[in-house]
Amino acid sequence: MVVRMTMTTIPVWHEIDGERVTDSLQETCEKLNGDAGNVSLDFSSVRRIDPNALKAMAELASLADEKAIRVTLRAVNAEVYRVLKLMRLAPRFFFVA
Amino acid sequence: MAENVASLSQERIAYLEGLVSQARTAAAVFTQYTQEDVDRIVKPMVLAGLEQAQYLARLAIEETRLGVLEDKALKNMVATEFVYDYVKDKRTVGTIREFPERRLVEVAEPIGVIFSLLPITNPTSTVLFKCIMAIKTRNAVIFSPHPSAGHCCYEAVRIMYEAALKHGAPQGVFTCLESHSLEDNAYMMHHKDVGLIDATGGPGMVKAAYSSGKPALGVGPGNTPVYLEKTADLNMAVVDIITSKTFDNGTICASEQTVVIDDEIYDLVLKKFADLGAHICNQKETELLGRTVIDPSTGFMQPLAVGQKATDISRMVGLEVAPKTKLLIAPIQGVGREHPLSVEKLFPVLAVYRAKSVEEALRVCVDVNRAGGLGHTAVVFSRNEVVIQRFSEVINAGRIIVNAPGSIGALGGIYNDMVPTFSFGCGTGGGNSTTDNVNVYNYLNIKRVARRTPAHMWFRIPDQIYFNLNAVENLGHFPSRSTIIITNPAMEQIGHVDVVRRYIPAETLVHVSVIPDAEPDVKIVAQGVEALNFYKADQIIALGGGSVIDAAKIMKLKYESPEADLEELAAPFLDLRKRVVQYPTEKVSRARLIAISTTSGTGSEVTPFAVLTDKARGRKVTLADYSLSPDVAIVDPQFVMSMPKGLTADTGIDCLTHALEAGVSIYASAYTDSNAMQAIRMVFKYLPIAYEQPQNEEARSMMHNAACIAAIAFSNASVGVNHALAHAFGARFGVSHGRANALMLPHVIAYNASVPTKFMPSPNQRGYIAHKKYAMMADLLGLGGNTIDEKVKNLVTATEQLLDQLAVPRSIAEMGISKEDFEKAMPDLVKIAFDDPSGRSNPRMPLLSELVELFWSAYAGRGLAQAAGTAEKQTEKQKVDEWLCV
Repeated sequence: MVVRMTMTTIPVWHEIDGERVTDSLQETCEKLNGDAGNVSLDFSSVRRIDPNALKAMAELASLADEKAIRVTLRAVNAEVYRVLKLMRLAPRFFFVA
Repeated sequence: MAENVASLSQERIAYLEGLVSQARTAAAVFTQYTQEDVDRIVKPMVLAGLEQAQYLARLAIEETRLGVLEDKALKNMVATEFVYDYVKDKRTVGTIREFPERRLVEVAEPIGVIFSLLPITNPTSTVLFKCIMAIKTRNAVIFSPHPSAGHCCYEAVRIMYEAALKHGAPQGVFTCLESHSLEDNAYMMHHKDVGLIDATGGPGMVKAAYSSGKPALGVGPGNTPVYLEKTADLNMAVVDIITSKTFDNGTICASEQTVVIDDEIYDLVLKKFADLGAHICNQKETELLGRTVIDPSTGFMQPLAVGQKATDISRMVGLEVAPKTKLLIAPIQGVGREHPLSVEKLFPVLAVYRAKSVEEALRVCVDVNRAGGLGHTAVVFSRNEVVIQRFSEVINAGRIIVNAPGSIGALGGIYNDMVPTFSFGCGTGGGNSTTDNVNVYNYLNIKRVARRTPAHMWFRIPDQIYFNLNAVENLGHFPSRSTIIITNPAMEQIGHVDVVRRYIPAETLVHVSVIPDAEPDVKIVAQGVEALNFYKADQIIALGGGSVIDAAKIMKLKYESPEADLEELAAPFLDLRKRVVQYPTEKVSRARLIAISTTSGTGSEVTPFAVLTDKARGRKVTLADYSLSPDVAIVDPQFVMSMPKGLTADTGIDCLTHALEAGVSIYASAYTDSNAMQAIRMVFKYLPIAYEQPQNEEARSMMHNAACIAAIAFSNASVGVNHALAHAFGARFGVSHGRANALMLPHVIAYNASVPTKFMPSPNQRGYIAHKKYAMMADLLGLGGNTIDEKVKNLVTATEQLLDQLAVPRSIAEMGISKEDFEKAMPDLVKIAFDDPSGRSNPRMPLLSELVELFWSAYAGRGLAQAAGTAEKQTEKQKVDEWLCV
């Protein structure tokens, strides 16, 4: 069962590089392993994601569940959002414009 | 499914889940690809397939021991080059087709994960074909090869996958079960993440696919009948049949199975077969063949014979044939289990049948078609188009190949312009969902983006309208040899008929036909038509009120088109433009109809409607068609100066109702609005004067024009629920139409101005506007009010005041109808009002319960109109109600 924390924290902000999405996500995972605060990822430069990036997203979601932190994705385009929906990953993140 | 997969180990399930997960990821990622991305991947795949065509053919032959190397290589080339030629310019991503005239766009949506079963007979070519289709449509495929063709299929998938991946396809887009069982297939077919099953295989697999509950494309067995008709080009036919039946040793399921040959050419055809290397079996050989290559217990072909050479089969059976024999031809005398060779034979054995007539030939072809090949393929060789057409009609096959080889013809793109495929849809006859040559469009969900299309509107009026005092003089402009004046006794008594006659050119033969002053019935119409025929009339002048003009319209219709069936023409319709029954356009006679109205209400002189009473059946028939509209309308107030006050009031209110209802109708347009608004203005100004001062020429003239103008509006925009209520009530209680309208009018305005319980579909309007239209009318009349709500209320009040001025009864109760009688009549009233076509153009859809409320409002009379709020007010109230959750 996923338990989400609701206490107010200042999220860590990461910008995902559209040219190296998988690497960016993996770096985020590494940071999460270190400090366990909420995180906000800016997807505004991500046009599409590939299977490796999806794998990294799945790992990120698992890590967030494990550490009970909230991962918010900002500015995800509809095409990428649809991929996350198809992979049933969308419910594991929070989305903001 | 549970029992089918119970034997699967946890490891096996994990393996299968891994394949699905991989494919699902690829399919999800693939959704982001553009058409250009996809096309960039497809071409190198095709080239890779072409490059390896012979290699893959060799692998297939070595593994399956079926078919012919050269033919399999050729199939691999067709599966790549020909399929590419078909798909290369096709749009399969985003917008794929546009129909601007219909404002429709088709947008592609990938399926996702496809589970694909592969056959033993065409293993590698089917892989190449399906891989190209899948990439072109952005789908991922999990392949499941036939157990005896696993390696060659795996290699074909690998070659395609590597080429695709190298050029940008998502990882995991193709996977292939390395070895598998029926349980694996069952697991996959039922997997929630598999979107489609594409089953190219034997009947068992196809059935399993369709039974899985998943959308499935499937092919099944064929049993291709061939009709070789006597007019055919025999040399071409014989070569085509041999080419096809021996192609890859007959493994293509579309190949010929039984050739039905006309008696006249039978011997010659067999000789030609023999000359080209076929062995014609004698009766004993045929029996031996039948016993050996067909399993007597099942009636199906022996798997050992599939894809083998004719010489090998001969050896297997024990026949002595020439070493270069290509084909074994076995004459049969019928179709069915007692004629074993009449079934599908995927090897070079061909049954032949001698037919004594075309009928017999077609019957035998039907039998062959239905003996296991329903929906698949059939072939006809003939130069006789009638024979080809009849064959096409009686045979149930997705592909009917004309004057070409069955197997190669069915593949498409070589002998004809069919879509190249390696998967033949067999329609419902074969338990399939399509009869298509399966292609890229079968691998897509096609979304239709339908933009709102405002229906075409119209504005139709008679050719000529003459109005104002002495307009009747214009009759002199219409030459006629023989004219009939249709009128009623009153018009003759008052002298109106004499006035009309005065202006008809002197050389015209004039006959006057006087009909009763009541709605016309069938008998009256028949008598009128008889007179028109007797006098060979070329002109009809209708002089009277609505009943007379309606009678003349119907007489003209029957005179010009005697075959017109009035009852059929009165069939109900929803949209005039889409009506089932069309009015006749062929005419045996022609007569100009000039309508001179003597009342200022119905406007029948310009409308396309006519009401006929069918006394024998005790009902009224309403005819509506623009062909009924008079050719000429004369709106001359001299004919209404003597109207009594009551008639002036009733017809004037009818005119007002026409204008008000046309104004808010769902068919209202700027064209009809201009007429409706003008008529409303004129009625409010001149009706009270015409009523109080019957000899006031200006008022009479204006009201006469108002009636015509309102009729022009409702002829093109129709009326509404007020008329539906009035028709039902007036007929039941014998109340004149205008008076019945008056009783309903204020209540209907209030009703239409309020928030509809149910909106009427109206593609021509943007939102609900009836209340705004009423407000506009109130503004036009200068009634004041600051809000729409106030303006509507003022319109209701002004209407009530007008009715008071005209001294018409203001409630049904006032008319002496008891509450009990009214209550008793209510079920019928509501039913008739609901069925009345007038209600279908009302701005809000009247519910049965609302019709009851409207009737009771009219029964109670004034005061209830005010109780109903307008749209604006109710919207506010609704907001409050919602807030309070009441």
